[in-house]
Amino acid sequence: MRTATNKSTIYKRERGKLYELSRQWELQVMVLPAVILIFIFSYLPMYGVLMAFQDYNIFEGMANSPWVGLKHFEMFFQSPEFSNVMRNTIVISLLKLCIGFPAPIILALFLNEVNRMWFKRLTQTVSYLPHFMSWVIISGFAASILAVDNGSLNLLLEKTGLIDEPINFLSTSKYFWVILASANVWKEIGFSSIVYLAAIASIDPQIYEAAAVDGASRFKRMFIITIPSIMPIVMVFFVLAIGNLLSAGFEDILLLGSSPVVQDVAQVIDTYVYKYGIQSSRLSYATAVGLFKSAISVVLLFGANKMARKYGGGLW
Amino acid sequence: MKLTRGDKTFISLIYFFLILLLFAAFYPFWNALAISLNSGTDTAHGGVTFWPRDFTFDNYLFVLKNDALLHGFMISVIRVAAGTVLSLFFTGLFAYAMSKKILIGRKAIMIYCIFTMVFSGGLIPAFIVNRNLGLMDNFWVMIIPSIVSVWNMIVFRTFFEELPPEMEESAKMDGCGYFGTFFRVILPLSKPVFATLGLFTAVYHWNDWFTASIYINNQNLKPIQTILQQVLSSTVMMEQMVNSNASAQEFMQRTRSVTNKSITMTTMIVATLPIVCVYPFLQKYFVKGVMIGAVKG
Repeated sequence: MRTATNKSTIYKRERGKLYELSRQWELQVMVLPAVILIFIFSYLPMYGVLMAFQDYNIFEGMANSPWVGLKHFEMFFQSPEFSNVMRNTIVISLLKLCIGFPAPIILALFLNEVNRMWFKRLTQTVSYLPHFMSWVIISGFAASILAVDNGSLNLLLEKTGLIDEPINFLSTSKYFWVILASANVWKEIGFSSIVYLAAIASIDPQIYEAAAVDGASRFKRMFIITIPSIMPIVMVFFVLAIGNLLSAGFEDILLLGSSPVVQDVAQVIDTYVYKYGIQSSRLSYATAVGLFKSAISVVLLFGANKMARKYGGGLW
Repeated sequence: MKLTRGDKTFISLIYFFLILLLFAAFYPFWNALAISLNSGTDTAHGGVTFWPRDFTFDNYLFVLKNDALLHGFMISVIRVAAGTVLSLFFTGLFAYAMSKKILIGRKAIMIYCIFTMVFSGGLIPAFIVNRNLGLMDNFWVMIIPSIVSVWNMIVFRTFFEELPPEMEESAKMDGCGYFGTFFRVILPLSKPVFATLGLFTAVYHWNDWFTASIYINNQNLKPIQTILQQVLSSTVMMEQMVNSNASAQEFMQRTRSVTNKSITMTTMIVATLPIVCVYPFLQKYFVKGVMIGAVKG
């Protein structure tokens, strides 16, 4: 008896679901192309990651290529370039994190203190602009301004008497990290400040007034009101930044670090993958290196989120 | 409120820093503009910083007469138009369906999407997939893989969820299906979010040089940024482009004032000009768009 009723309710529910599905066929049609495209261009490559454990042969395909286990990972760990690539990746990311992360927050705090609206708007408009330029253009600007012959920076330094001989900035290893970090700050400082400015705008102005009545200076108000108020959103972005710690950057390094002289400081995991995978067609090896990076990134993201949750801000 | 002396120094310091930043942000662009308006042979003598010394439009005339560069611009324009329209269309529809709570499988699809943001196959597996799909040396490799953006879908969805439901209900009463409602009611109400994501998508397509650099060998299919990258990375490239083009060659011999550097700078200016012209008008929209993306992402 019992089973019979169960069966009939299941049957009913199934019919109900089919009926509902037919009523919302339009919604399902809207979703379908996106689901298929995501499957092809995101999930098929995820499956393709398995070729990191093969000696992938482009003519045989994945089905017929031999499995080799962790061979490519071991090769990467034992390669003479490994320590250099890891060092560059970590140093460049940390440099970007230490300079690039606080810079937009400081800009937002500063803009918040500006009372002349036209000046604030002008600074915003101009500082957002580089975000919309490609790295190709920016590397072109850099090449022109940092050029040995008549680059603006060399002209300025020579005129002020700081140097006697023009410096070849883009072909000198010791300047590369600084140039890379500065170019990144230059490109993103304005645009990244938008979120912090919006967070500042949502602070209740009465708090500032109360602090002013109590005699807190502008400088002090910034520290005791503005900064604590935007802390949650800062934490969220910090977690994201930690998750991306092994993504030191790609296009910027590829374009600014194109000089063969700076390769010892410019080669990071992503450019290494590009060099071996696309330029030398060592597909399985490059995939293994890329997978190594993704795996660590996921661990970092989860770890950073756990840390952030302890302090009240996290992604999930 | 009266300012104390400490406040005043604090504020002057801030103005000082901001003016410095303003200058640093603007100078590279300004300098490139000055060089592009200066005769190339004169630029080679050095010292062109803020203003052109030997004013000329030769560089621009050269760029506008060079078929290879013009072709690159055309490819970029077609790519931006096709890429932006298709992406907004499919991602917008997707997001609209995802904003409906009654959508069967909504939660599963959301997890399916979010997972792609945490983990990706990486450059090489994607390269193999695109290659096997026959997208090598194919214009569509620059469009199809980026049609659906999960990030944009989330921004769209958040916006759609905040729209007042009454408008939609009255459209339903009048017998509109979901497609009809989307195009007649939702679309006109969502101009800000379409403007923002449209701008971001268009900028992505205009600026992306990397996709074409690894998937496209046919010089006639390369967008301007990829050509520009080739020109910047090797000086031989520009000479080849000039030599393969009779009218450009003749022009170069006649004027004798253009150089590799002046042409490169001019091409860079022309390649950023569309963005510089469009974006200030959309600025008020994208500030809101960035906020939604930041909070939900």
